[in-house]
Amino acid sequence: MNSALTAIRASIVLMLLCGLIYPLVTTGAAGVLFPKQAKGSLIEVNGQPVGSELIAQDFASPKLFHPRASNAKYDPTASAGSNMMIASEDYVKSIQEKIDALHKENPSLTDIPADLVTVSGSGFDPDLSPEGAKAQVPRISKASGISEQDLNALVDRLTKSRQLGVFGEPRVNVLEINLEMLKMVQKP
Amino acid sequence: MGMGFIQVALTLVIIMLLVKPVGTYMVKVFGQEKTWLDRIFGPGERLLYRLMGVRENEAMGWKKYVGAILASNFVMMLLLYLVLRLQGSLPLNPDGIGNMGAAQAFNTAASFITNTNWQSYSGENGLSYLSQLLAITFPMFTSAATGFALAIAFIRGLVGRQDNLGNFYVDLVRSITRIFLPLSFLVALFLVFQGIPQTFQGAVDVTTLEGAKQTITRGLIGSLEAIKHVGTNGGGWFGTNAAHPFENPTPLTNMVHIVCMMLLPTSLVYAFGLMIRNKKQGWAVFTAMGLIFLVMLSVIFVSEYRGVAALDAAGVHGNMEGKEVRFGISESALFTTVTTAATTGSVNNMHESLTPLGSIVPMAEMMLNNVFGGKGVGLLNGLLYLILSVFICGLMVGRTPEFLGKKIEGKEVKLAAIALLIHPFIILAPTALALATNAGTSSISNGGTHGLSEVLYAFTSGAANNGSAFAGLNANTDFYNIGIGLVMLFGRYISIIAMLAIAGSLAVKRVVPVTTGTLRTNTPLFTGILIMIILVIGALTFFPALALGPIAEHLAMPH
Repeated sequence: MNSALTAIRASIVLMLLCGLIYPLVTTGAAGVLFPKQAKGSLIEVNGQPVGSELIAQDFASPKLFHPRASNAKYDPTASAGSNMMIASEDYVKSIQEKIDALHKENPSLTDIPADLVTVSGSGFDPDLSPEGAKAQVPRISKASGISEQDLNALVDRLTKSRQLGVFGEPRVNVLEINLEMLKMVQKP
Repeated sequence: MGMGFIQVALTLVIIMLLVKPVGTYMVKVFGQEKTWLDRIFGPGERLLYRLMGVRENEAMGWKKYVGAILASNFVMMLLLYLVLRLQGSLPLNPDGIGNMGAAQAFNTAASFITNTNWQSYSGENGLSYLSQLLAITFPMFTSAATGFALAIAFIRGLVGRQDNLGNFYVDLVRSITRIFLPLSFLVALFLVFQGIPQTFQGAVDVTTLEGAKQTITRGLIGSLEAIKHVGTNGGGWFGTNAAHPFENPTPLTNMVHIVCMMLLPTSLVYAFGLMIRNKKQGWAVFTAMGLIFLVMLSVIFVSEYRGVAALDAAGVHGNMEGKEVRFGISESALFTTVTTAATTGSVNNMHESLTPLGSIVPMAEMMLNNVFGGKGVGLLNGLLYLILSVFICGLMVGRTPEFLGKKIEGKEVKLAAIALLIHPFIILAPTALALATNAGTSSISNGGTHGLSEVLYAFTSGAANNGSAFAGLNANTDFYNIGIGLVMLFGRYISIIAMLAIAGSLAVKRVVPVTTGTLRTNTPLFTGILIMIILVIGALTFFPALALGPIAEHLAMPH
């Protein structure tokens, strides 16, 4: 009986310590130290939030850089990754179709950037590989009138290198590059 | 591939550098002698003991220790179940989430109390903030601490002279106050610095550049992510887990996640060597686990870089399906190997979309269940294999098998056999049942051999208390919620009872002096035997199932 009571008391005490006090203290400290990140790295334009730096959004206009395909339809209230079975004829065929579509926009492409023809793991991959961004340049240039040279230079400028020079892969944030591009268009 | 190799190697070096200091610290935490730690943590801990009604100096024999584990875990599981069932009417629910159904709440409570973190729900639309705190973050601490306490108690049995395994509640509290809480707090702050949200505010509506509405869900994610990996738990705030940019925003958070997962399981093996006063023995076990780990890592690394041959010819190199650009192939392969070795179960890429050979790696690691393994439990599984190896070697050379001077006899071997055999049984029997019934097969999303892998993976993940998934399987049905829920509970508690029974039995045995006739268990030769025994038993048990699933799929791959 005594040991049952101890089990109950211990469970409740630890629930309050680990389940409430710890996250509360962490939230307080994080909010003071890193307020922007703690709220979701939101990006504002003219005082209005237009998205999060970390969450991909759907860009369909040919004038903009397109993010990677999403199984969640870019809806953060229902995340979903790719659950494609890759060792199948159907998969190879579906990728081949995407490659053909890409070739139509950019006939000179030889190596296909893998991120452009596959579905992301999270549904919100905010990045493209630099090659994946550059592969879209001919289409964007044609639609927006910005020269390919300027667009390629923009990709190079916004490419984030590996962290600490070692970790991860080089990447371009899609929302960031589209915002920069809109600024270029608006300039007289 | 070159840079990929370098970052993987560098991460492993960081882990190796931490093993000794952290292992040494662990021994201090659980030691009987007074240390400087008591001055810092003692007052707070004594307050906790008073609130809990725990007598700090009370010693527990193995039965009492098991009893305390089961009683406390039962109460906690009940609390989790209640929170989930009532979350709709409880506070801290900014996104207006409703109550969870009975079968799913049972599955989730079982999942988190057993350190599995299998998720048949998606956090962003299935849990309130209060549930994420009380039903998810809280058991992430206690389930990890319970595993730790179990391992420490077992080691005390190995070296002890009487049936005194320590005090469960003291071990539980100390591992939380001296290891998990401080470490998680620091890690959480770093994660938020890198971009993980940590806020009570609910979802925020934004208007995208193209004028559409996007609802961005947030929460107290940093504090959850930290203990999720420090405690090798693995349950994510979101459905897509550590692939989600809010759970794993940068390559650095990815590296920290990986180091956190491996830190305590690897250090515990070193601590084991210190506690039994035989460092060589600790390193012998470490080497066996480490070698298997490296082989697994190499297989998935190469396989994912090779991708699908037919696509490679078309100009698409490597397999990026279900992976994130910031991690690429190397960081994804490493994460998958680590998360199933340390039985964490979080994923930063979708395992369902791995190459067939790549997908064998997470499955095989969960099937062996001792490549470092989860908090405490992995070491114990390794030691069970070690006991079995000692026994088999003893039979072969005609000597009474001994380990650390204690005779291994029929009782211990029988208990070890139970603990080892229950694992394949609760994987293969439910898999067969699921494949033979409509309730089981109707959840499969991809057909053929891959569909078999989906089901096999699910029950392997549950039995190994891992929690990762081939996420195509629709696991939110009564059949899978209850089935996997039971498998998780059996997988955890049957082996806990068997292991502590072995500890209790060994603890009261007389120590036999070492002679020239003693079988040395800390030599390279014995490490080799241990690896062989692990692989042979694993292969004999699981090879047929793997042959029908990923191996058949690989052979039929389009060229």
